[in-house]
Amino acid sequence: MLQKTPSNRTINHRRIIHPLFVRITHWINAYAAIAMLMSGMRIYNASPLFEFKFPAELTLGGWLAGALSWHFAVMWLLVINGIAYLLYGIFSGHFIRKMLNIGAISAYRNIKLEMKYLLLHGTGEYNVIQRLLYVLVIWDVVLLFFSGLALWKPVQFQRIADFMGGYEQARYIHFYGMVILGLFILIHVSIAFAVKGTIKSMFTGRLTKSQIAKLERN
Amino acid sequence: MSIEKKPTAPSLEPFKKKLEVIQRRSFLKKSLSIGALSLLSGCTLKDEDAVDKILWAMSQWNDRVQSFLFSPDKLAKTYTEAEITNPFPFNAYYEEIFAPIVDGENYRLALSGKIEDKKSRSLEDLRLLPQISQITRHVCVEGWSAVGKWGGVPFHLFLQYIGADITAKYVGFQCADKYWTSIDMQTALHPQTLLVLDFPGKSGETKYGFPLKVRIPTKLGFKNPKFVTEIFVTNDNPGGYWEKQGYNWFSGS
Ligand code: HEM
Repeated sequence: MLQKTPSNRTINHRRIIHPLFVRITHWINAYAAIAMLMSGMRIYNASPLFEFKFPAELTLGGWLAGALSWHFAVMWLLVINGIAYLLYGIFSGHFIRKMLNIGAISAYRNIKLEMKYLLLHGTGEYNVIQRLLYVLVIWDVVLLFFSGLALWKPVQFQRIADFMGGYEQARYIHFYGMVILGLFILIHVSIAFAVKGTIKSMFTGRLTKSQIAKLERN
Repeated sequence: MSIEKKPTAPSLEPFKKKLEVIQRRSFLKKSLSIGALSLLSGCTLKDEDAVDKILWAMSQWNDRVQSFLFSPDKLAKTYTEAEITNPFPFNAYYEEIFAPIVDGENYRLALSGKIEDKKSRSLEDLRLLPQISQITRHVCVEGWSAVGKWGGVPFHLFLQYIGADITAKYVGFQCADKYWTSIDMQTALHPQTLLVLDFPGKSGETKYGFPLKVRIPTKLGFKNPKFVTEIFVTNDNPGGYWEKQGYNWFSGS
């Protein structure tokens, strides 16, 4: 279900819009996910699945051994931080409150009305597009995790590898997962930079002055 | 496809401010403590680098995790004749034309280290031992994989036969092409680890490791030495050609 417009409800502008736990895990995750992506592109380049390679400047590690060292070191950060975030999100109610109220059905019923809320931003809540993207990227990282395990340990984790359709198939799944992650980061970061105040409040946890002023004008 | 082999350290091209700071700081420390002299002497200071140190430490941590995850009786999947990759890809740190050609008649496998019967062995000696063959997937550290058929002596039987000390930690291999690598004893004793006498490819084709290769379906391709001339058992990790350049030592599958 969608929230009402800001003017219809009272907003405490001083309240914490991003819990501290989310802020910390978010920035650790941003670092880890980007490092995994960049080193992953270098690993891909050693034996490309398709007719192209990624530009070396976008990659991390310098050569295959360096990229693998990065990938296998940072994976621990990504996974441990990711599990902490998921546990927090599930047990604190954060996911239910902020993401899983996607409202696709109501949006479908009355698209015109919903369009008004669709891109709404700055109330401390995520709009529908954000919720969809965040849920998508969380599942994407889970997929990357399991397909990655299948590639790392196709013998020891044979069940996972079989579930992925075998080693070669797991390579494609892991690759497509990376493409989705890359596209998400591109969109997510551009929007974060484009919408004033969001990045700052992802550090401080609170709305910025300009965001408050904007809300009060509405 | 050959492994990219720029002998440089993992590039530290920083992608985050934080790392730049760490690097700058460690650079500063380096310059202060060691001084410009070491730079003039051409020392790369590779081991001084904070990021490198972390990556090496993590790689050693991953060795331990992988050894823990390794289960001695979990078998790699086997395939049918129809699934064999043909032709099987050639891969080494050099081009195919430089693959050594070893004279099988005069070949003797040298044995050293913690082994009771160190008498060197001819190919006929090895043929007298029980032989099996298996079709498994060879997975390269670069990402590609290929299915091949290898035949020979189960390696654990061979170790028993030469009286190797199986309480030792490592088995090392020296090869005719100056390549070398080493594995953990657990993996050496795995039922699918094979001392290979029969290779993929057409008969007479020697590039896949003739006369002797060790095939380890639970390890990445570069841990499967070809053209093996010496096998030794030791408690000191012998490392390897790629391992010493930064590839993970355990590299299990
Ligand atoms: C430098 C890169 C990044 C920047 C600048 C950034 C910025 C932000 C900002 C500003 C928000 C809050 C949005 C709002 O207030 O409406 C946010 C939330 C979020 N970001 Fe990022 N982000 C980055 C990287 C990433 C990466 C790599 C991922 C995932 C792989 C990611 C996943 C998320 C998720 C899931 C949320 C919602 C967090 C929650 O409330 O649980 N971000 N990001």
